[in-house]
Amino acid sequence: MAVAPYASPVERAWYYVFRAICALVLLFLIAPILVIMPLSFNAEPWFTYPMPGWSWRWYEDFFSSDRWQIALQNSIVIAVSTTILASFLGVLAALGLSRSHFPWRALVMGLLISPMIVPVVITAVGMYFFYATIGLTGSYLGLILAHTALATPFVVITVTATLTGFDYNLARAGAGLGAAPARVFFRVILPLILPGVISGALFAFATSWDDVVTVLFIGSAEQRTLPRQMFSGIREQISPTITAAATLLILFAVFLLATVELLRRRSERLRGVRV
Amino acid sequence: MPRAGGVERPSRPATQAMVSLATDIVRTADGVPLKVTLRRVDRARKLKAVALVVPLFLFILLSFAIPIGVMLFRAVDNPEIAGALPNTVAELARWNGDELPDEATYAALAGELQAAHKSKTLGLIGKRLNYELPGVRSKIMAIGRAVTKIEAGPYKDAVIGIDPMLGERRLWTVIKSAGEPYTIFYLLSALDFERTQDGDIVNVSADRAIFRDVFLRTMGISMTVTLATLVLGFPVAYLLASLPARTSNLLMILVLLPFWTSLLVRTTAWVVLLQTEGVVNDALMLLGFVDERLQLIFSRFGTIVAMTHIQLPFTLLPIYSVMKTISPTHVRAARSLGAGPFVAFWRIYFPQTVPGIAAGCLLTFILSLGYYITPALVGGPTDQMVSSFVAIYTNMELNWGMASALGAILLAATLVLYLLYNRLIGIDKLKLG
Amino acid sequence: MKAIPALTGLLMAGTAAMALTVAMPATAQEALTIVSWGGAYQDSQREAYYKPFAKETGVVITEEEYDGELAKVKAMVDTNSVTWDVIDVDTNHAMSGCDEGILEPIDYAKVGQPREKFVQGAALDCAVGTIVYSTIYAYDADKLKDGPTTIADLFDTAKFPGKRGLLKKPFGNLEWALIADGVADAEVYNLLRTPEGVDRAFAKLDTIKKDVVWWEAGAQPPQLLADGEVVMTSAWNGRIFKAIKEEGKNFKIVWDRQQPDFDFWVIPKGAPKMDLSYKFIAYASDPKVMANQSKYISYGPTVVDAIPHIEPATLEHLPTNPENLKTALPIDAQYWADNNDELLKRFNAWLAQ
Repeated sequence: MAVAPYASPVERAWYYVFRAICALVLLFLIAPILVIMPLSFNAEPWFTYPMPGWSWRWYEDFFSSDRWQIALQNSIVIAVSTTILASFLGVLAALGLSRSHFPWRALVMGLLISPMIVPVVITAVGMYFFYATIGLTGSYLGLILAHTALATPFVVITVTATLTGFDYNLARAGAGLGAAPARVFFRVILPLILPGVISGALFAFATSWDDVVTVLFIGSAEQRTLPRQMFSGIREQISPTITAAATLLILFAVFLLATVELLRRRSERLRGVRV
Repeated sequence: MPRAGGVERPSRPATQAMVSLATDIVRTADGVPLKVTLRRVDRARKLKAVALVVPLFLFILLSFAIPIGVMLFRAVDNPEIAGALPNTVAELARWNGDELPDEATYAALAGELQAAHKSKTLGLIGKRLNYELPGVRSKIMAIGRAVTKIEAGPYKDAVIGIDPMLGERRLWTVIKSAGEPYTIFYLLSALDFERTQDGDIVNVSADRAIFRDVFLRTMGISMTVTLATLVLGFPVAYLLASLPARTSNLLMILVLLPFWTSLLVRTTAWVVLLQTEGVVNDALMLLGFVDERLQLIFSRFGTIVAMTHIQLPFTLLPIYSVMKTISPTHVRAARSLGAGPFVAFWRIYFPQTVPGIAAGCLLTFILSLGYYITPALVGGPTDQMVSSFVAIYTNMELNWGMASALGAILLAATLVLYLLYNRLIGIDKLKLG
Repeated sequence: MKAIPALTGLLMAGTAAMALTVAMPATAQEALTIVSWGGAYQDSQREAYYKPFAKETGVVITEEEYDGELAKVKAMVDTNSVTWDVIDVDTNHAMSGCDEGILEPIDYAKVGQPREKFVQGAALDCAVGTIVYSTIYAYDADKLKDGPTTIADLFDTAKFPGKRGLLKKPFGNLEWALIADGVADAEVYNLLRTPEGVDRAFAKLDTIKKDVVWWEAGAQPPQLLADGEVVMTSAWNGRIFKAIKEEGKNFKIVWDRQQPDFDFWVIPKGAPKMDLSYKFIAYASDPKVMANQSKYISYGPTVVDAIPHIEPATLEHLPTNPENLKTALPIDAQYWADNNDELLKRFNAWLAQ
């Protein structure tokens, strides 16, 4: 977008004002995240600039404290299990839903996506009462099930979106050449929709990785996850260890983001080839 | 197993007619009419599609929908008094409500209160009645301790002798209504209504009325946040959509990074920024804008800023993806036909972005309604939204009927909007990242 | 059909991963989940009780913290799925939890100390006292030179402008509000038992409502003071003591109308490891062991025989030090057990308005 040659002076002025506004909004988006990263290297336990000195002490604290380490392990275990379960269920369902023959599609889709929309406190409280009666509160399984319910909508959405552009003639060709349905799925369909599946899986992972509300209700001390640990940290004592944890989580987010972006490009290339 | 053959679904009526004509006549190699085979294939495919969805459907039903259903049931379920005072409730069924209950009812109550005192369940009775009759819990506890001293009837006068409240119709009306298996008490309370002694539904007194305020506040904060994200998000979406791909992809990272960063990390960031001794106040002092540090955290301002920051990508991205599809030739055509830049934008470009605006704003509004963590950490007591009261009633006050009733109303509001969203945009059109 | 094994393989991998995660926490050792209030207080319990107990018996102790809300306990008891073994509760929950049948009645024969050996009021039907703590208020002497000295000062925003931290519960605040409003100590609970008295307390709180930052977790007040978020704050004395002693803060405690009270060990009804829970409570009630806790936090013992084991230098920081007790306002436990529900409800409504 450049200034058109026929633009009036007012338009020219507006062009720069507009860019300035956009720059401010982008600053608003990114600044909070950038501001806390350097603070995690502060030698002193305060949150003010200028910082008196640099140090790794909060990272040492993060990696040496039992609580943070257990929280990290719990987060990984729960998020990975959630991702596997959610991807499996979500991909199957998306395959079914993307067939044009699916009865009451909107209704079924509405139900399957609803965990994303229902306020998470309601989900958490409902699960808390229900899971308690069947002995699932305070267990890893309970949390994994809860997170899976919250995460599957993302898999369903991304995979159905990928499948909308999918040419079923390829699958038919595979079947016509004598491949069994499962073989068709793994050799023809899956490689083509893989970018969608992986990006759905990443969303599922991020959902579980981020969740604090259901952990607050369903989890107990043994299932304390990173966000849960950060939550009590913020409420009780904002030690700079939290900023160290936050910085690590941001770096991890950058990694996830880069992965999704690469997948998106790959997917676009694949589609480009097919057209 | 029938092969998924190369039969395309007819799309237009004309072709449909032709196909149906053809299938009536044509037969497959084994002599079965093509129509029958096709129907069979179609049914098998449908079954297969359904079979693929069933696992997730059942999973969501069992792990999500049923728990929420059970919770909603608690909003009307009323087991406490019927369970603790079954005989009294049974005796009260005969009561006409005009005068005091008879001796048999008093005897039943005395007996059951004695038993409750012994089994340490008096607190439960007191707690339940206290919801409807504030202040009654301590009296019930005292009555329970005193009633054990009555050894034989007649009970009526002896019981009234303990506390004159037992000689008033009000308490009995409450016991009777609290003894019914289902109640609308919680739902009424969640909207600041109560029932009088005569059964009329009236507003609760001003000093106890909070929930209408809380619902309005929830709506108000959500609307402010939605509006703020629109005002901030629209220009950036426009910029991103009009820049060449290389630059816009780079700037897109600035939008997506917060989107991918944990909500808690972002809330932490705002706590660090907004604290009285925090970065924002430092900067304002340093630049000389203010003489005294401002109260930014634990305030409505802080809540809205942090929520806007978190929701901004949700509003921005749908607008952006709609703008990407708008051809720049439209505006150019308008300009060449003599329209000024503002008119061309407002009359030609803007209307085409409306579906994106609707999608983004509705999504942000729906998600904002359910906020809990962010207001809890950066808001003050008057910035807490409905979700936080659901949590308070669940955790602190242990009044699960009330928590469920508030949840039910919030859920209803959310679902209405969700259906609207699904109707207007289609939830599966949602773009993520 | 070659792909089928691949699918089954994927499924099995998923199931295995789940089985692994589910099986992970289960260990052969005996384990006890103990729930307390977090922060400096739980640190002191860890040093004085958890670690030595674990060392002596080989029991693995899982810690959990909470803000004193009994919802989870009630849910566990109601659904017969109790996973918390021992909980540290305040007086009001010790009594109301007993009334509502969610706590196990205590068999003092198993506690090792007869009921008479406890300080008056520290041995309840369903709860065994563990500490004497006090709600006080404190300020940062580095920032406030001529600091406040009375409860009236806490409510005097003209004399001491700035935010105050208060506990986000009616408990304790209503008493102070009446004192600050000029009510005599002896009259406080009599007045609170009347609707007018409660109205008067809320009216007094109204005068500082806009200047209050409410805290929920015991670790928050020292943090709020250190961050300069408030000029003075109510707190539990041990938390302030800890900040003075270990973080070198120049905080000052105002002992005027301090509210001494107890914390208790309780066992939820139907807890599966009853014997082990009693073993722990008996261990923690041993006079010598109990006296140890005051090395880590300035809370007093509840067993009379523990007092001689406490170092004299520590004694002066305890709420029970006669100097500190001069104008103390002991909590009326029965009042709060009976009235907390309705006052909490009113308080939350008042906050939200």
